[in-house]
Amino acid sequence: MAEVILLKVDGEEVRVSEGSVVAAAIALAGAVRFRRSVGGTPRGPLCGMGICFECRVTIDGDPHARSCQILCRQGMEVRTDG
Amino acid sequence: MSRNGFEAIIVGGGIVGAACALELARSGVRPLVIETGEIGGGATAAGMGHLVVMDDSDAQFALTRYSMQLWDELIPELSSDCEPLPSGTLWVAADEEEMDEVRRKQSFYAARAVHVEVLDERQLREAEPGLRAGLVGGLLVPGDGVVYSPCVARWLLERAVELGAEVREGVEVAGLAADGARLHNGSTISAGIVINAAGCRAPELTPGIPIQKRKGHLAITDRYPGYVNHQLIELGYLKSAHSVSADSVAFNAQPRLTGQILIGSSRQFGVDDPAVEQRMLRWMLARAIEYLPGLGSLSVLRTWTGFRPATPDNLPLIGRVTGQQTEGGAVWVAAGHEGLGITTSLGSAMLLVDQILGRPSAIPVEPYLPSRSIAQHIAHYGEDHHG
Ligand SMILES: Cc1cc2nc3c(=O)[nH]c(=O)nc-3n(C[C@H](O)[C@H](O)[C@H](O)COP(=O)(O)OP(=O)(O)OC[C@H]3O[C@@H](n4cnc5c(N)ncnc54)[C@H](O)[C@@H]3O)c2cc1C
Ligand code: FES
Repeated sequence: MAEVILLKVDGEEVRVSEGSVVAAAIALAGAVRFRRSVGGTPRGPLCGMGICFECRVTIDGDPHARSCQILCRQGMEVRTDG
Repeated sequence: MSRNGFEAIIVGGGIVGAACALELARSGVRPLVIETGEIGGGATAAGMGHLVVMDDSDAQFALTRYSMQLWDELIPELSSDCEPLPSGTLWVAADEEEMDEVRRKQSFYAARAVHVEVLDERQLREAEPGLRAGLVGGLLVPGDGVVYSPCVARWLLERAVELGAEVREGVEVAGLAADGARLHNGSTISAGIVINAAGCRAPELTPGIPIQKRKGHLAITDRYPGYVNHQLIELGYLKSAHSVSADSVAFNAQPRLTGQILIGSSRQFGVDDPAVEQRMLRWMLARAIEYLPGLGSLSVLRTWTGFRPATPDNLPLIGRVTGQQTEGGAVWVAAGHEGLGITTSLGSAMLLVDQILGRPSAIPVEPYLPSRSIAQHIAHYGEDHHG
């Protein structure tokens, strides 16, 4: 069985199995708004393959990280602009 | 008033033409603005929109200072898409020699009642934590700021239209005819007052005026709010040993209201191609990273270039062009604002309309008259790196 990864999304603890992308963890945490556009409208994953940049969040303080491309790690702190 | 109801024709809907249109309309003269492309789509869209008091010469100081007073009145009225940001300018000194320049600038500004603050190494780090260690200090000019220039041009013209001005976009002026302007389709529009505010292209309509294109590269990052707090400019270009006509770069980073960082600047003469050149871009970004080491890990969204309308003495041409007359009037020029035309647009418009209407001006107009004697030689094109 895959190892369980424990991480935080906007301060809330989320458990995912190893190999999950951050976007999946955010979805599990119940968030639909990943970031906001310059005009303030909510955005979330569209392409799921690293092209559209709509799924960006802040991961361990690093802004504009594409959550559909990054695997969850133990203790990761994810912040959305929800 | 002429047949078609316009007393003045302004060629060019950049920020300079737009500012002239508003000042004319405010003064009761109804202008028609003719723009071949989009309003604010020329140099006005390409540049950085840094509003800055400059000290390269007394005349440049007078025009930038006067213009800043006009900006202070205008900014509270601007629409939010003009993105006014009271960032101030922070001139960064990398060594003691540049610190001497900080002190020289400080006494220049202080003697002319511009509030400035000298920062030591620690104060500089506090003001801009992203700057590398080892920089020795800087000069903060808190009254300077930033705007989003193409939206300002549009805003100025909207106000002018409310006062009776008319704007025609997508119409090219082919020549300044004896009785006004000749359009590309062969028709003419007459007006007693004709103003050439065509930026880099002004010499096409008024042959012989000394304006050359000076190319610049820019890059803008994604949003990183708080990463840069002031418009940052290095003082290092002062002693870089380029020959005057060669290409150069300088560190220039600007915070935008959106949290984006706009990075300049490069300067090149004799290049007509607007393409982004990897060599210049790499050089410019490397210079920026020398000052802001973390910049290398931020993502750049877009790169582009623009052309500054440069004159041999770095001062704009504002006034009547001798030898180019229209029926019952004259051709006036407001062009050649180089890398300061956003800042100086407001003062330039006042000085031009003062001359047209025979009003007294707030500052002497002589240094900017197109009839002044300017050394035509390229070696006199300055090397300042403000924008
Ligand atoms: C890279 C760069 C950085 C800059 N940074 C700064 C800065 O930080 N601060 C600052 O104050 N300034 C800055 N500037 C300078 C500033 O952008 C220019 O000086 C200013 O925009 C000039 O305005 P303008 O209206 O004269 O020219 P433009 O904006 O070029 O307007 C001229 C207009 O005339 C139109 N036109 C030309 N010929 C015709 C014709 N025959 N018929 C009809 N229309 C015509 C053009 O389409 C154009 O829209 C920068 C410029 C560049 C390129
Ligand atoms: S969803 Fe398109 S880049 Fe992540």
